[in-house]
Order: sequence, then structure tokens, then C-alpha cells
Amino acid sequence: MATAAAHTGHDAHASHTPSFFSRWFLSTNHKDIGSLYLLFAFCAGMIGAFLSFGIRMEMEEPGLQYFANPQTYNVFVTGHGLIMVFFMVMPALIGGFGNWFVPLMIGAPDMAFPRMNNISFWLTVAGFLSLVCSLFVEGAPGAAGAGTGWTVYPPLSTSGHPGPSVDFAIFALHLSGAGSILGAINFITTILNMRAPGMTLHKMPLFAWSMLVTAFLLLLSLPVLAGAITMLLTDRNFGTTFFDPAGGGDPVLYQHLFWFFGHPEVYIMILPAFGIVSHIISTFSKKPVFGYLAMAYAMVAIGVVGFVVWAHHMYTVGLSLQTQSYFVFATMVIAVPTGVKIFSWIATMWGGSIRFTAAMHWAVGFIFLFTVGGVTGVVLANAAVDKYLHDTYYVVAHFHYVLSLGAVFIIFAGVYYWFPKMTGHVIPEWAGKLHFWLAFIGANILFFPMHFLGLAGMPRRYADYPEAFAGWHKVSTWGGHVFALGMVVFVIGVVLAFRSKTRAADNPWGPGATTLEWTLSSPPPFHQFETLPTIVEEPAH
Amino acid sequence: MKFERSHERQMRRTRTQYLPMGMIGAFGTLLAMSSSGLAAGLGQPEPWQMARQIPVTENAREILSFEVGLHWLSFVISLFVLGLILYCVFRFNEKANPTPSKTTHNTMIEVAWTIVPVLILVAVAIPSFRLLRTQLSDPKADVIVKVTGHAWYWAYEYPAVENGGGFKFDANLDEEKAPKLLNVDNEMVVPVDKIVKIQVTAADVMHSWAMPSFGFKIDAVPGRLNQFWFKADREGVFHGQCSELCGTRHAYMPITVRVVSDEAYAQWLVEGKTKFAAIDDGAKFADARR
Repeated sequence: MATAAAHTGHDAHASHTPSFFSRWFLSTNHKDIGSLYLLFAFCAGMIGAFLSFGIRMEMEEPGLQYFANPQTYNVFVTGHGLIMVFFMVMPALIGGFGNWFVPLMIGAPDMAFPRMNNISFWLTVAGFLSLVCSLFVEGAPGAAGAGTGWTVYPPLSTSGHPGPSVDFAIFALHLSGAGSILGAINFITTILNMRAPGMTLHKMPLFAWSMLVTAFLLLLSLPVLAGAITMLLTDRNFGTTFFDPAGGGDPVLYQHLFWFFGHPEVYIMILPAFGIVSHIISTFSKKPVFGYLAMAYAMVAIGVVGFVVWAHHMYTVGLSLQTQSYFVFATMVIAVPTGVKIFSWIATMWGGSIRFTAAMHWAVGFIFLFTVGGVTGVVLANAAVDKYLHDTYYVVAHFHYVLSLGAVFIIFAGVYYWFPKMTGHVIPEWAGKLHFWLAFIGANILFFPMHFLGLAGMPRRYADYPEAFAGWHKVSTWGGHVFALGMVVFVIGVVLAFRSKTRAADNPWGPGATTLEWTLSSPPPFHQFETLPTIVEEPAH
Repeated sequence: MKFERSHERQMRRTRTQYLPMGMIGAFGTLLAMSSSGLAAGLGQPEPWQMARQIPVTENAREILSFEVGLHWLSFVISLFVLGLILYCVFRFNEKANPTPSKTTHNTMIEVAWTIVPVLILVAVAIPSFRLLRTQLSDPKADVIVKVTGHAWYWAYEYPAVENGGGFKFDANLDEEKAPKLLNVDNEMVVPVDKIVKIQVTAADVMHSWAMPSFGFKIDAVPGRLNQFWFKADREGVFHGQCSELCGTRHAYMPITVRVVSDEAYAQWLVEGKTKFAAIDDGAKFADARR
């Protein structure tokens, strides 16, 4: 949507590249920190995937096969949730792609606070280490690890887990939360103050818009989580009773606080993906994004309304009729801007000249699968219906459709789209496409039958289940294996890319790729835009 | 190896067939199943079940047909989006359409795809609110039972009535009875066609009293007394499972409700007086009935 008039003089600084230790451990460079985030997200994701593999293996058959103690299964479920949310999806989309491409897209030399950027990353790593520690110290009596679910509801997380494991988990959330808040401040400052001359907010690429909205959601919601888990910590250790009815507290208060953070959190995970999809669809359709302003403000609307729907996670706690009715209404409202986005992506493809690269496969697959996850969200929004489906596998299916087949698909889409730009290497297209088809088939076989399980009444977070649920669980586990095979193809693709002598062009995707990062070399110079680019072309919207 | 064979099959399918078709099939089957109620279990899940368990209360039946409607709506919307995507894939790929258009705005269509979803959601919301009102209404109870979730069993208290009641008992998992993991040693017994109110709380951590056949679950929260009602119109044994993560034996604290005739219920209340422990303030508890 905009081109750079000037970007010269960057090669002269290649010699300033610091030594290995100071480059990667003391980094203040947004691209290096972005790479660190992506690498970290991959490693954490592997651990999260290992935990989900344990879950799926156990669920393949009724009875206890692999977990002698069902509490250990609960620990796996909890670890899987926390790691995938806080240490895989968020670092990859926000820390990784956000750091890499927000400055490049808005024509900035770096983030506004480069050293704070470094602190954000290492706080996330420290948080992850604390979470890993929590897996190995006592939680519930006689069992290691926190088996509270990622929601850490009291009293299970207080009186139910006397050991220090939950304290480690809380500390992990504090650390990574602090990292995310600092990151959010950095993004907001960068986007509001460091756009290249001529790039007004209404000319700004949609990924930068998505990161701006996401950063505001982080900034406003994470302090509430921090407060809630701090109260949890003092309830556990210092004799307070915020959530303990014996001292006048209420466990439901925690749920309100948690979901006031937790619902914006799901948009924090999906909004950056929305931004990336818009770029990929536009690039490979060789058309500007359809309805640019509506796309930007749909994200703003989703962000705003996302703050006032939290109690739809709490329809069964005993809320009044009026409260439940309001949350049904507010939740349904979100479907409207989401629909605008879905249709605008399709309208972007409409009339285009679509090139089906690997990245485009993932983006198009995302549109359909996110729709499926979205419509089951509307089903669940109805409090009367949700009384049956709440805490069943139907909910598990729903949120994996929007997060695993939504956000995670777009992490891979982003990798295939930007890998040449980030590394200068090229992942073979066949690998990306084969990976897509294995993931698409695998994830659907994995998660679609969970709708059936939920409708049949299968509760979540069960290590063992009645014989009747065995059939669909077995199918689901097979799907998990297909998905895992796709990950092997991904790793092979990346290895082949680094071994191959093929070098990526500055703009490998042709005339559809109009954002500023494609005007730079692949990979970009260590410091870019030392002479700020000026936006000379009117955006085409 | 079973898995490897399955991979090969999947990979062959990748090459030969456009896959979303499989999804449509699966979604269609879901609808066919949930509309016809085929394969749905009465009081318990059946193997390969794809729909809700058979509802045995009026409210649960209404919610089921509403949900079937929502699933049809979901199916049609997903199919519509898939159709548009596939049309773009075949009509607007590089080969079929070498020159992209420059269109980026069309006010009419943008207004349409904002307004139409709003109308659809209004149409969904109206019956949704009506069902919710019924579900959360507070009719006069014929029977009140107090339910307490413990780690990891349920306890039931029956207030004293004319010639029975006034006792409490624990319901622990009975591993011998089939279906496995769904049975307890002491079932909760209620009369058919009577409004039963349960008052639910928890003694230690949170639990959730779930009964798929009655179409609801209600959380058991320490320090709170949650209330829910149902009117089962069919005798039988109905099974549910704890639905709020409560620790190690979360999966091993099922809920079993036996719905019986008025006479059988009256007799059970009398027998219970000798079989179960008496509650001190049974009479006071009964007075709380409205």
C-alpha cells in the first residue's frame, strides 16, 4: 500500500554487527529480538506439544494407560494450556512477528525502547523457566506440578495445592506478564511516534494496526490478571481470604478477574493473526486489502467489545438472569466485526489473480477453519445452550478451532511468508504445502470429533472416561499423529532451507507485496531506514 | 503399525481429492445425527454418539431443538464461506484470471455483510433469551434436595416430609456397576413429573453438578448456594459427571439420578430413614420450601 522513496546507506553498517554473546544475549536490535522470540516460541511449543502428545496418548483409550496418577494428567493439561498460550502463541505472534515487522512496516529504524525490548524477552524466558520448575515440585499432596487448569481457579489452586508448585506457576505468569506489559508499551510508543513521514494511521499496514490494538489489550488486561494472581498468592501464603468464603471472600470473584483478562487474552492471540492474514491474502491475490478502514476498525471494535464479554465463560457459576442475558447479547455482538473481517478477506481474493504459495494455503485454510470455530462460538454464546456444553469437549473443540487451527495456522503462514525476508533462505514450497495438508487434515481429524464428544457429554480435563467415548477419542488421537507428522515436514523444510544455496530475492512475492519490508534486502541490514523512507504513493484503498 | 497406514491413506487423499469435502461430510453427519437424535443415549452416552443425550425435561428438549437450529445455521454459514473460498480458488487463480482487479470498496456489499449478520443474530437472540428465562425461572418446588460436592464424591440431603426424608447420604463411585465410571453406590432419587430444586454447594474445592439428560450443569462453589430446577418427565436412571476440575479424582465422582414414580419415591423416603443418617434440622430445612 506504500512504497519507500529512499532507503540507502544501510550496507555500511554491516561491520557494526556485535559479537555472538552481545548480539544474542544483550540484544537491543528488534530483528534479533524477534528471531529470539520465534526460536523461544518454537522450543516452548515443542514442550507444549509434547504435553499434548501425552494427553492424546492417554485419551486414546479409556482407563489409565500412561498416567498412574490422574493428577499428573491434570498437570499435563495445565502445562499444555499455559505454555501454548503464554509461551508459544504470544511470543511467536507478538514478540516474534511483531518485533520483526512492526518497525519494518512503519518505516522505523527500531523499536522505541530497544533495551526494554530486551528485558521483555528475557522476562518471558525467566517466566517459562519458572513454569518448568513448577512441573517438578509438589503441588497437590503427593504429586508434582500444578494441576489447576490454565485458569488456576481457587480453591483448587489454594487449598487444593498446598505445595509450592502453584507459586512457581503464579510467578511464571507475573514474569511473562510483566514482559508482555513492557512489550505492549514499546509497541504503542513505536507505532504512535515512529511511523515514517507520510504514514498516517490510516495508511498504516493492517499488521501494525493489529499490533496496536493487541498492545492496548495487553496493557489494559494483564494488570488485572497480575492483581488476581497476586491475591491468589497472598491467599496461599499470607493468610488473606480474597477468594476464601471462610474469611468473607468468594471464589467467583477470582473468575471475574481472571476472565476480565482471559477473554481479551484470546483476542490478543488472534488479532495479530488477523493482521498477518490480511497481508498474505492481499499479497498473493495481487490486490490491495478490501475495505481497509473497515478491516482496521473491525479490529478496534473486536478489541473494545472483547473487554465486556468475559462472563460468558461463567454461565454455570450461578449468575443472575439479567447478567447472563447481557453477556449473551454482548458476546453475539462480536460476531459482527468478525464477520466483516471474514468477508473482507474473501472480497480481497475476489477478482484477484491468486498465486497459491504455501503461505497462501495456510491463510485460506485459516479463513475457513476460523469460520467453523467462530460459528460454534455463537452456539456457545447462548447461555441456555451452554449450560449443557460448558466444560465439555465441545468447548475444547471450539477453542482449538480458533486458536490451534486459527492462531497457530497463521504462525506457520507467517513463517512461510516472511522466512525469506527474515533469513534470506527459502523453504521449499512443497514442504510448506505438504505441511499444510498434513496439518489441515490432521487438525480436523483431531478436533472435529471433539464436537461429538462434547455433545455426547464428555467433560474436559478427564484422565479417564466411560467406554462410550472411546471411539471418537481414538479417531482424535490418530488426527494428532497426522498433525505431528506435519511438524516433522516443517522442520525438514527449515533445515533444507538453511542447507540450500538458493537465496531469497528482496521481494520474492511479486507486485502484490507492497509493504515496506519488501523494499529492503533479504535479510534486511542490521540497521535499516537510517534515512527515513517517505511515503510517496497514495494508498490504493 | 496402524498409525503409519493411516498416514499413508491421508497422504493419498491429499493428492487425489479436495479435502474440505470431507469436512462437509462430517459436519453434515453431525447435523443429520443431531436432528434425528439417532445414536443418542438415554441417560448415558452411546458409542460413536454425535448428538446430545436424549433430553427428559421440557426445557432441555426446547434447548435441543434450538441447538439443532443453531447447528444448521452454523453449517449453512460455514458452507457459504467455503463455497465463496472455493469459487475464488478456481475462478480467481493466476491461470484463470491473470489480471487482478483493483476493486477495494463496495459500500453496498459492506453494509450488507454488516446488517445481515446483525439480523441473523437478532433472530438467534430472541429464542435464546426466552429459553434462558425459562431455564432460570424459579417455580414452586415439589421436592428440594441439597447437593454438596466433596473431593471426590457427592453428598445429598433430603429434608423431612410427612412420613419420610430427613436424611443425608454420600454417593461414591461404584466401579462394579456398568456403565463404568457413571454409577454410584447411593443414587439420588427423585419423583417423575415433579419440580425438583437442587441447592448446590461445595465443601472443599469447586465441583459442578452436571446432568446431560436434564440439559444443564450448575457449579458447586464453596460459600455459595446455587439453585437449579428440573422436571423430569420420564422414569429411568440418568448419569452425569463432575464438570469442574477438582483435582486427582475429578473423573471419578459421577452423578446418578434415578427418576421414579410418586409411590416408589414415597417408599424410598421411608426406607431412607432407616438406611441413611438423619439430619438434625431436617424439619427446618423442609420449611425453607416455598
